[in-house]
Amino acid sequence: MEQWLVQSLVLGLKMFLIVNGLLIAAAYLVYFERKISAWIQNRVGPNRVGPLGLFQSFADVFKLYLKEDIIPTLANKGFHAIAPVISIGIAIAVYAVIPFGEYFYLGGEKVYLSIAPHINVGLLFILGMSSVGVYGLTLAGWSSNNKYSLLGGLRSSAQMISYELSMGLSLIGVLMISGSLDLMQIVQAQNGGHWNIFFQPLGFIIFLVSAFAETNRTPFDLPEAEPELVGGYHTEYSGMKFGLFFLAEYVNMVTACAMMVLLFFGGWDVPFLYEMLGLEEGSVLRALVQFSVVVGKMIPFLFLFIQTRWSLPRFRYDQLMSLGWKVMLPLALANIAITGTIMMIFN
Amino acid sequence: MNIEKNTEKQRLNFWEKIYLPEIARGLGMTFVEMFKPKVTRQYPEEVWNPTGSYRGRPVLVLEEDGERCVACGLCSRVCPALAIEVAAGETEKTKERYPIKFEINMLRCIYCGFCEEVCPEEAIVMSKDYDLVFEKQEDAILDKDQLLIPMAQLQDRLEFLRQYRR
Repeated sequence: MEQWLVQSLVLGLKMFLIVNGLLIAAAYLVYFERKISAWIQNRVGPNRVGPLGLFQSFADVFKLYLKEDIIPTLANKGFHAIAPVISIGIAIAVYAVIPFGEYFYLGGEKVYLSIAPHINVGLLFILGMSSVGVYGLTLAGWSSNNKYSLLGGLRSSAQMISYELSMGLSLIGVLMISGSLDLMQIVQAQNGGHWNIFFQPLGFIIFLVSAFAETNRTPFDLPEAEPELVGGYHTEYSGMKFGLFFLAEYVNMVTACAMMVLLFFGGWDVPFLYEMLGLEEGSVLRALVQFSVVVGKMIPFLFLFIQTRWSLPRFRYDQLMSLGWKVMLPLALANIAITGTIMMIFN
Repeated sequence: MNIEKNTEKQRLNFWEKIYLPEIARGLGMTFVEMFKPKVTRQYPEEVWNPTGSYRGRPVLVLEEDGERCVACGLCSRVCPALAIEVAAGETEKTKERYPIKFEINMLRCIYCGFCEEVCPEEAIVMSKDYDLVFEKQEDAILDKDQLLIPMAQLQDRLEFLRQYRR
């Protein structure tokens, strides 16, 4: 077969797997969110649909599809319809550059475990895309012609812009250590247990807090603060349009966790694991193990995201802003200075 | 004036002000909570049996020789939601009156128990039925056949009333 045909087939397959895998993962995150919230509150949680309630999320999605799609009379219909698409589209587009492992050889063809491997601006692409994601929420708020939606949309834009700054700056320390914006190389630089978390603990904490703000999760879920804003930016959405916002939130959560694993926790690196299992470079099995290591490392962070939601109250808006600008930003800058100084001394 | 100040500076020490240790403590607390016994009752499988003091669906007491009700209409009169409708009839027995028609509209009933309190014959009592489902509005109007319950099934409530009713 022609080489370009094989390559495009493999690419298409990878995209299909990643998009569907993500949506299913998001659906199951909703299930686990409900389960964990129930356990924390000494309840049982969904347990009716299927064994242990495992099909609950599919039932939920099915219900969302069947629901009436209401568009407010005075809404800007075009933008109202496109906002959820932007939200979920951007959330998924980030996965073009996120690697879940290195590569394996399939019939002499080198297959990478990411859609666009070795993109030399990978990290910038993720940061840029997550800033575009705010358009989805802001447009949703603006086009709904509802004061609560508008407030939610404005809050989300202000919040995301504030925390993007400290998020980006917190990653500069990582970049200084690995010397690359390519996620694959960042992970390879951490090989053998030299994980960035040991060199960048402050950077990690700043990134973690900013990630909570970026994904609009409690304690920073002001854009959809129920007691104040009804539903925030998605007040006027129903049916699967609302479902798309919902899925986008969870996909963003997965993205944040993937970034934490890749940037701070060594990605697929586990010291001595691959040598002990005797997996050669380029074998399918090694790629599979790498993939499961990445996913396995993501699970504790996903759990942290969910548990935090059911443990902490919401910040007040001025507290959120003062935390972002007066604490996170100076700390991130200090982190860069400290990292730079230490690197100067030791080199 | 002696105003007591209560600022954040005074209330929190350094470690509390940087949030993170306290957040970790809170997370630990919720984590421990996850493994405690659950309080949920799996309802349709595990049915709750209320005690005699429970005020469920009001029912009429059925004795061996017929209903206790003498159709005095006091329950209908006292009902704040106007849910009860009684029509009286006469018989040749010693107890001369009986209800020809006795209807309770369960969409109106507020389970206040006034009918039971006011009844001179202890003929209408609150039962333990709480899972009432109706598919049509007409179905929610219970007639005499649906309301009459044998006395044996209402012992808990009758004992409760004997003990606590003034």
